[in-house]
Amino acid sequence: MLAKRVIVCLDVRAGKVTKGERFEGNVDIGDPVAMAERYYRDGVDELVFYDITASSDRRAIMIDVVRNVAARIFIPFSVGGGIRTVEDMRAVLLAGAEKVSVNSAAVRRPALIAEGARAFGSQCVVLGMDVLATGASRAFPSGYMVKIDGGRAATELDAVAWARCGEALGAGEICLNSIDADGTEAGYELTITRMVAEAVGIPVIASGGGGRPEHLAEVLTAGKADAALVASIVHFDTFPIPALKRALIERGVCVRRTAGT
Amino acid sequence: MTNATNGAVTVIDYRAGNLASVARALDHLGARWEITAEPAAVARAERVIFPGVGAAGAAMENLRAGGLCEPIRAVVAAGRPFLGICLGAQILFSHSEEDGAECLGLLAGNVVPFARDMRAGGERLKVPHMGWNTVKVLGPHPVLVGVAPEDRFYFVHAYRVAPADESVVLGTTEYGVEFPSIVGRRNLIACQFHPEKSGEPGLALLARFLAWDGGAGAR
Repeated sequence: MLAKRVIVCLDVRAGKVTKGERFEGNVDIGDPVAMAERYYRDGVDELVFYDITASSDRRAIMIDVVRNVAARIFIPFSVGGGIRTVEDMRAVLLAGAEKVSVNSAAVRRPALIAEGARAFGSQCVVLGMDVLATGASRAFPSGYMVKIDGGRAATELDAVAWARCGEALGAGEICLNSIDADGTEAGYELTITRMVAEAVGIPVIASGGGGRPEHLAEVLTAGKADAALVASIVHFDTFPIPALKRALIERGVCVRRTAGT
Repeated sequence: MTNATNGAVTVIDYRAGNLASVARALDHLGARWEITAEPAAVARAERVIFPGVGAAGAAMENLRAGGLCEPIRAVVAAGRPFLGICLGAQILFSHSEEDGAECLGLLAGNVVPFARDMRAGGERLKVPHMGWNTVKVLGPHPVLVGVAPEDRFYFVHAYRVAPADESVVLGTTEYGVEFPSIVGRRNLIACQFHPEKSGEPGLALLARFLAWDGGAGAR
């Protein structure tokens, strides 16, 4: 039986992992390569690196991180943030990432998804989506709007419609982040996660709101997600990966066990 | 590209896949490797890894354009230990329904898609089959000793192999159907999952492949 995945997200700014995306004044909390190695040993199933570097030398720094991570961990990882072209994708894949995540750039130019899938295969292309609850309307039948540029800019895209569109264009997976839940540690947004997971035939990663083991269990069962993304609760050791995995097993969720679990 | 001059494992580069991941895993295991697209280098290889992600049609076009089909057949016929990974396992078969591609034909059978309407326990099964799954090893094999029933390997694929000859199936995995996830014959072994991305059980499998002489145990 295929296991549900626990994925750790690391926001990387100028070569350091940082936390506090929703708030001003991000705090550096560690070296991405050392943190990746620790999570690997702890039995994480996959990693996601988001490049939130603002400066112009961002690409070179991130590629360096990707190359060093690839030499030390032997599980899949993806890279997102600022991926705008097939050449951007190629650079991170050649450096050793398995997948690339596209978000705002795919909304601005949906063909980017198809181009990436054609060049590298659908399995390489993750569609990242930031969604905000709006209430159901004619414009947003699902009741959720897609937002871009880190949640700052509105779009006319309905969350479920855009997920379906991304799948049709060739995305191999969707990473669905709820802006409402993100940072609250009060649980994932089950409604939209389930709607998207049922609307598409590709795997869905739930993101935003994971604060306790039961939140992961919930979104992986009732929420129908294939994977759950966590950040703060593992970065700050509130719930290390082995504790999360054990709690999921206790709740009957099928997960990958490793020596540490 | 290489980290060695001789005695290396030869990784075939046909512009279909994440060769960096394979090279990093081999570095970790202390193995010498060369990544090559040269037909002559493949033909004289002592040990071969044939990786691959992407689509079967483009992969076969690249192999043909690069003159690599015959060297691959030759090195397999010469008895050299040969490991196919993911797409590199699929295109060892005769034909793939992905792109209607005619493949290498080293193993008889086809490559077929997962059904889009598979369900298990009331849940719709997503395609691609992406993530960590177990493998049931069907018989003793030098590369597979020590694979435990609870060990999980990383899969990502929308197509699966359907061998004409059941005796080439060395291991199976359950995803809507029970499908062959490890196949092999004599000095040839191939897995649908990515050992280079499957944590410790994957690295252990690669290490056993590097130590394998290509004989004993394979049917």
